[in-house]
Amino acid sequence: MIDYALYFAFACFGSALLMNLWKIVTAHGVGDRVLALDTMVVNSIAILVLMGIFQGTEVFFEATMIIAMLGFVSTVAFARFMLRGNIIE
Amino acid sequence: MEQIFDILAAIFLVIGGFFGFVGSFGLLKLGDPMSRLHAPTKATTLGVGGVLIASLLHSFGAEGYVSVHELLITLFLFLTAPITALFIAKAHIHRHGDDYELPPTGGDASWAVLSDSEEEPVKTD
Repeated sequence: MIDYALYFAFACFGSALLMNLWKIVTAHGVGDRVLALDTMVVNSIAILVLMGIFQGTEVFFEATMIIAMLGFVSTVAFARFMLRGNIIE
Repeated sequence: MEQIFDILAAIFLVIGGFFGFVGSFGLLKLGDPMSRLHAPTKATTLGVGGVLIASLLHSFGAEGYVSVHELLITLFLFLTAPITALFIAKAHIHRHGDDYELPPTGGDASWAVLSDSEEEPVKTD
């Protein structure tokens, strides 16, 4: 039973990643691109956790934690770059 | 007993997958940039939260111990998602705020995002 739910969730988050990629390619402003990139980070976290359930291992949690931290820092850096034009003054 | 946790984890997986899909679909579908900010920051965070709860229930049902990693990741995501949304909205208001009328704040002061940039920096020597 959980296998079918896992397949459903994989399909949902996989298509969500594809839609984010499409948004990054076709967005009009740089703000939309940063938002789509941030959404992509969150969706990839979900995919990694699903992979951990699917294979029954715990090795993906460290990778998930690193991706979450890096995604947050990179989004803040992108937003600051949009505002100021540079990151470290 | 294991069956119950299996069914609960499956329900949370379906809920999480649905909300993750809705979040990214809203990013494509909504028209205004400020309303486009709603879908990924709220619906996708809820979707990832559902998936993490499902992982917690599955590890508790299958292996019989409570894993703290999921709680850590959930806490981190729920703390950082509003901050990133605020930063992106702030950048958007500063770049495109003149294009349309901001709603009134209901007081004398203007929006805090716009007012704090005009203050003199405090000198400490």
